[in-house]
Amino acid sequence: MFRRLPDALPRSVAVTVDGRSVSAHAGDSVAALLLAEGIVPTRVSPASGAPRAPYCMMGVCFECLVTIDGVGNRQSCLLPIAEGMAIETQKTRREAGR
Amino acid sequence: MSAQTRTDYDVAVVGGGLLGSAIAWGLARLGEKVAVLDEGDGATRASRGNFALVWVQSKGLGMPEYAGWTVRSSNAYAGFVDELERETGIPVSHERPGGFHLALSDAELEARAVQLKRLHNQPGTIQYETHILSATEVKRMLPDVGPEVVGGSYCPLDGHVNSQQLLRALHTGLGQHDADYLPGYRVETIEQNAGLFTLRTPQGNIHAAKVVLAAGNANQHLAPLVGLSAPMRPERGQIIVTERVQPFLKYPVVTIRQTNEGTVMIGDSKEDSTDDRGMTLSINAMMADRAVRMFPRLASLNVVRTWSAIRVMTEDGFPIYEQSQTHPGAFVACCHSGVTLAAVHAMTLPPMIAAGALDASLVGAFTVRRFDVSTPA
Repeated sequence: MFRRLPDALPRSVAVTVDGRSVSAHAGDSVAALLLAEGIVPTRVSPASGAPRAPYCMMGVCFECLVTIDGVGNRQSCLLPIAEGMAIETQKTRREAGR
Repeated sequence: MSAQTRTDYDVAVVGGGLLGSAIAWGLARLGEKVAVLDEGDGATRASRGNFALVWVQSKGLGMPEYAGWTVRSSNAYAGFVDELERETGIPVSHERPGGFHLALSDAELEARAVQLKRLHNQPGTIQYETHILSATEVKRMLPDVGPEVVGGSYCPLDGHVNSQQLLRALHTGLGQHDADYLPGYRVETIEQNAGLFTLRTPQGNIHAAKVVLAAGNANQHLAPLVGLSAPMRPERGQIIVTERVQPFLKYPVVTIRQTNEGTVMIGDSKEDSTDDRGMTLSINAMMADRAVRMFPRLASLNVVRTWSAIRVMTEDGFPIYEQSQTHPGAFVACCHSGVTLAAVHAMTLPPMIAAGALDASLVGAFTVRRFDVSTPA
């Protein structure tokens, strides 16, 4: 679905997605990484349980929420990937305090 | 818009927030030709900053008629919302599961019980259920309360609504009833000649047979234009909004509610300020602290927004509905609880305005004359 621009930076950043090691392109946002790897849906809606994935890619729609380094509902389109980052998709409806 | 469509209205409603929109929708559904004159985007918008409770318990201490008026609106809400939703297709997520006021100390619970007792002991106060509950009884209904919650009060008439959707539905409904919504029509002067009102605005004059002033705190300045007064004392409130989570809060609490979309709102601060561009962080901290003590699982939630907004507030906190003696056909309406009272503003008040006279048996207590204090000789 997505094709890389010819001047993409190399796959030099090691992260994990749902526990799986992924070699990510430097400079990608977490949302870009997830879309490029075909990892969708990235969460389910807490209210309805419907599947969701990154949409606006500019911090507005809050559809791209994932858990990063143990903190839930982070906006993955606004976060650049970083070495060692643990990214988890939200497969169940997010609950308060659970 | 042609000059023709601007000139002839049965009623010009000044103010396009929840109060003005509810009255205007109620008039339009009776067949009145209505114009809603609103300010622009720079206006202070109480209707877009509120907490969205439809709240009954503890209202009316000092004026029992206010308790009755509030209960009337709570009871009329389902029918009002049903008609509005069917007409516009916009869901407004009204629920009336009952609501809680929670106490974090025995002193708070005692003060609450005394306040409710005083309210319900006032002569002429409408009778309805409000229960003081123990910690165990509260926990049975709200399993997530923390150990510091010693009890609370519960009233089955309390509820909440999506107030943004409500405002949108009212505006959509106005259009469907051929009312004209006129943004940017800030009213500068109002004159009455031969029974016809002329409202002067930067975008031209509007002519109408009747005028309803529903401009929130700005009524203070507009009311004298039609021989009335509207003493107001605006105050600032702050709201904290969290990320969306799976519904866990079945009942709204007066300071905490979970919306139909999963968001948790924390609110109910009061400050003497008219600056809605600032926040007092120590107040946010106290609101968050009390919320987490009431529901410990809130502690791990991300906060996504906070805001402050200016409450519309009359000098004594109770609504004002008044008709002008010097300018027949001019009415003023002011209230704090534009969400809670939306049902009576849409269903009960408009027939009176259409008929040209307020019904004293229903709204006589809300006269502005209550502020006239005669000087002892």
